[in-house]
Amino acid sequence: MVEPLVTDPLPIEGASRARHRWLPWALLRLGGVVFVLWAVATVTFFAIRLIPGDPAEAIVGGPGSQASAEALAQARADYGLDQPLLTQYLTYLSHLVRGDLGNSYSLRSPVVDVIGENIGGTLLLAVVSLVVASLIALGVAALSVRGGRLASALASLLEVIAAAVPHFWLAIALILLFSTVLGWLPPVSVPGVAGLVLPVLTLAIPLAGFLGQVMRESILAAISSPFVLASRARGENERGVFWRHALRHAAIPAIGLTGWAFGALISGAVVVETIFARPGLGRSLLSAVQQRDVPLVLGVVLVVAVGYMLVTTLTDLADRLVDPRVVRR
Amino acid sequence: MKIRAIVAGAILLFIAVAALAPGVLAPTDPLAIHPLESFRPPSFEHLFGTDESGRDILTRVIHGAGASLLIGLSATAIGVSIAVVLGLLAGLGPRWLDFGTTRFLEVLFAFPGLLFALLFIVIYGPGIVTSTIAVGLATAPGYARIIRSTVLQVRRAPYLEAATVLGRGRAYRIVHHLLPNVAGSLFVLVTLGIGQSIVWASSLSYLGLGAVPPAPEWGAMLSAGRTYITSFWWMTFFPGAFIVLTAVATTLLGRSIQDRTRS
Amino acid sequence: MISVSDLTVRFARAAPVVDGISFDVAPGECFAIVGQSGSGKSVTARSLLGLSGGTVSGSVFLDSVDLVNASARQWRSIRGKEIGFVSQGALVALDPLRTVGREVGDALRLHTSLSAVEQSARIQSLLSSVGIPDPSLRASQRADELSGGLRQRAIIASAIALQPRFLIADEPTTALDSTVAAGILDLLESLRASGTGILLISHDLATVSRLASRVAVMQGGRIVESGTVDDVLRMPRHPYTRQLIAAVPAGTPRHAPLAPPPRVGNSGPGAAAPPAQPSPAVSARPGPSFPTMPPATRPGVGNEGPGAANPVAEPAVEHPGAPGPEFSTTVLAATGLVRRFGPRLAVDDVGFQLERGRTLGIVGESGSGKTTVARLVLALDKPDAGTVELFGRPWAGRDRREARIGAIYQDALSSFDPRLTVGQILSDAQTDGRSRRADVSELLELVGLDPSIAARRPRILSGGQQQRVSIARAIAPSPAILVCDEPVSSLDVIAQAQVLDLLDKLQRELGMSYLFISHDLGVIRHMSDDVLVMRDGRVLESGPTEDVFGAPQHDYTRALIAAAPTLD
Repeated sequence: MVEPLVTDPLPIEGASRARHRWLPWALLRLGGVVFVLWAVATVTFFAIRLIPGDPAEAIVGGPGSQASAEALAQARADYGLDQPLLTQYLTYLSHLVRGDLGNSYSLRSPVVDVIGENIGGTLLLAVVSLVVASLIALGVAALSVRGGRLASALASLLEVIAAAVPHFWLAIALILLFSTVLGWLPPVSVPGVAGLVLPVLTLAIPLAGFLGQVMRESILAAISSPFVLASRARGENERGVFWRHALRHAAIPAIGLTGWAFGALISGAVVVETIFARPGLGRSLLSAVQQRDVPLVLGVVLVVAVGYMLVTTLTDLADRLVDPRVVRR
Repeated sequence: MKIRAIVAGAILLFIAVAALAPGVLAPTDPLAIHPLESFRPPSFEHLFGTDESGRDILTRVIHGAGASLLIGLSATAIGVSIAVVLGLLAGLGPRWLDFGTTRFLEVLFAFPGLLFALLFIVIYGPGIVTSTIAVGLATAPGYARIIRSTVLQVRRAPYLEAATVLGRGRAYRIVHHLLPNVAGSLFVLVTLGIGQSIVWASSLSYLGLGAVPPAPEWGAMLSAGRTYITSFWWMTFFPGAFIVLTAVATTLLGRSIQDRTRS
Repeated sequence: MISVSDLTVRFARAAPVVDGISFDVAPGECFAIVGQSGSGKSVTARSLLGLSGGTVSGSVFLDSVDLVNASARQWRSIRGKEIGFVSQGALVALDPLRTVGREVGDALRLHTSLSAVEQSARIQSLLSSVGIPDPSLRASQRADELSGGLRQRAIIASAIALQPRFLIADEPTTALDSTVAAGILDLLESLRASGTGILLISHDLATVSRLASRVAVMQGGRIVESGTVDDVLRMPRHPYTRQLIAAVPAGTPRHAPLAPPPRVGNSGPGAAAPPAQPSPAVSARPGPSFPTMPPATRPGVGNEGPGAANPVAEPAVEHPGAPGPEFSTTVLAATGLVRRFGPRLAVDDVGFQLERGRTLGIVGESGSGKTTVARLVLALDKPDAGTVELFGRPWAGRDRREARIGAIYQDALSSFDPRLTVGQILSDAQTDGRSRRADVSELLELVGLDPSIAARRPRILSGGQQQRVSIARAIAPSPAILVCDEPVSSLDVIAQAQVLDLLDKLQRELGMSYLFISHDLGVIRHMSDDVLVMRDGRVLESGPTEDVFGAPQHDYTRALIAAAPTLD
């Protein structure tokens, strides 16, 4: 079949047009971020008031806790629970903007302090896991592409399994293998690199499964495309084809997934930090949920939302840099 | 690639039998306590070992299939129903509705992964019911985004315009052409979603926020075995393995359906 | 000299895709291989560079170098340096993520040790030499910022960077506007004249005849005929060659058949051993069998341009079932149509009239607005100004069933609901929603298809068959007017001929009027009674086909005619 007639696009004169589009896009993005953050804050505001029973009780530990009368009174004063709803809302927002996320009753310290102490550990875990996952995914994708159909099918199966494995089970399996059987690594996290290996692997492997699938599809599509044929016809060898052409095409969907990956890593951190007894936001969050420490839960959720918006904005930026076609969509 | 579908189908068939007629595969009573045989490692007599009350884990795993599958199906049903409504509104409605719905979904996405479920549980308390609803709500935005983009894609398809030329009105086109084509991808989504929901629900149970013992539900068994990971690893390992198996089987099945409809 | 002898290429364990072919290409000559899709011509081209992806046997020699058994290192010094490859620009032949400059300069980077500055200078001079204006700007742009013609030139530049002695050009002008394509052919001709040997692969005999001196015709992996272009075109010996030549619409008069009708149940073009066709010049022209208006009251066609030429006094033959001449015969009229997309004026004051039983052709290059006009006529889009009238009454899309206007499209497959079988598609199109199997079978037979395909899905059919299903669907509700938007542009020459013959036959049998849109001058000339020439949204010329093409008033029309490939 002959290729259908292609409509000639009007050539764009110069790159200046692209540059002029940056400013409105940036403003729009900023507006969107602010909107989402405001919406999240509003959701968390109403979250407290959705809890059945007295909100003051919820703030200090839930209906089952035996909070003292002073504690309840303090909570009511802090949150202005006797005031009209609108005043409460505005007070809440003003607190947020000033960085005051309330007090964690279970840890008896301001939420901001708790988060500040724990965020480092989680960020370290997340970043290292993302990097390791990307390397694994890329490595498997590259190898499987070179290996032919059998390698490709095998890699595909491994990726599906990796992506479907829950973190807690993988952690147990890894602990069993490396700690109990082989004795190479400690089962519980210790400071330093050794304590980082298993937690990172637990987070990285499922992520690598997802990333690997999209990367491999992208690499395969690029390698069988006409521009790679043209490149080979000019004398390019396989390595050049991979590094100069296929890789950039594979990066595009991977960058797009990074925002989602961030969320998956934070969720996973809840389980991983708990199993490996690593200090971090995830473990704090879990114990906060278990003890119905509402202010701490809401605080963590808000901070994560801010982080998520940051990450998605950065990945959008990166996407535009790598794939200039996006600007013209 | 057909092997994938056959193996996946076989696994799911086994699990379905376990769910519907557990007695066929494991005749002994999953709730019966044998305190003298507690914490036995896997052996010929107890292939998966025994738990803290001496109950045979293999039997409990098989009898737990039904409850676990039910949780997965319910959570998926909740999530997909919400997602279908949101996705259709955004995809079919006027532009402002699409704009509003997409903003709404963006806000939901700012609570990534389990966090939304955790928030829900902090408000309404732990337990099987709340954790099932929480998983359903947490997975809904992801499905909604996919459904919306499918609807938008089909909406722009040339065959809808061809139907217009043939004289078909808007309602006919939506009901006869658009919805059936969207429904096709929905099936894949549901298949993939069941595995994911089971994984998430069991993760919540593992954290102690979902099902609780002594119910022979996979999540509950995980919860019970939490404190004994390094010492009596089989209590968590085998139920977890079945969860992985189910998740992998549904994913493989979903994928092969997707590939077949694509080609 | 490239010498190919008994070349055979196999994939897996299937029958060979290239089955024992032999040919030579000498420096400074252009040798062409012509064939339809599936003939193996593209695989042949790729195997000369060792990129076929299959198992190659036979012998291929570049002077004395054995290309069949060449090592990877030998290939690296041959590809891009001794032999250059020009692929079809309509495909994504330039990496969309890299700049044009980088793509063009790849060969320099791989085979020379020029510094970055020297390479940059060479790249710019290369771009200039292929006729790309403003090379420094273009080198920093990406492929999708260039128009189709410039892209193709850039692809050629990337292939000739090191001045290879041979160039393999695989469909270099397909999907380009004819004026743009003519420029590309001129460029290739100048390369040939300066000593490059060119192997030209094409499905289009007419394009080949402009550039090549010798040609081989491929069918089913074999060369069925070869010789000089003159010999093969004027005195074709093989029946397949004769079929190909007969199928070219340019030069074939209106209503003369282009191809033998496909046998019902035929799965594709190129039926085996068709009866020998008389050459086009000799075939008798059948008389008109549709009603024509008596000269005095024939309305003018189109808004601009000259009035109708001297009306030809033809006997008014009554078509059975058509109403008598007391009814107005203008079935479709457009007046002052305007359509804007943002700042761009896609359709600018377009008007025309379509008479009953006749075909109005709209010809123009891409961007001329002809597709937008089709959409306005079908009321798929609302004009910013102007009206569309059906049977004398303004129409904007209401009551389509009664309006009796239908359409067929360039991409038939994507106009079908992917979930439906052929039978379901056809019964879905019936006016009253009945789905009697008899109706579906009748429709299929009417378009020359075997009724048994009603149970199959359209995606397994060939392009020509898909288009015929699309035609069957369009005529199911008995339309009076059919809008044909580039219906044969994606089809092989023989499938194209069969579809055009079918449309002609149906017009005569059912009395339909056609609004036929195409970029292909030859097709338009063959199919239309009257023609509209469009450019940049405006109608430049209009009138009866032979008047407009016989004596064009506008420079652009003259340029279009000159650029259109013909078989001499």
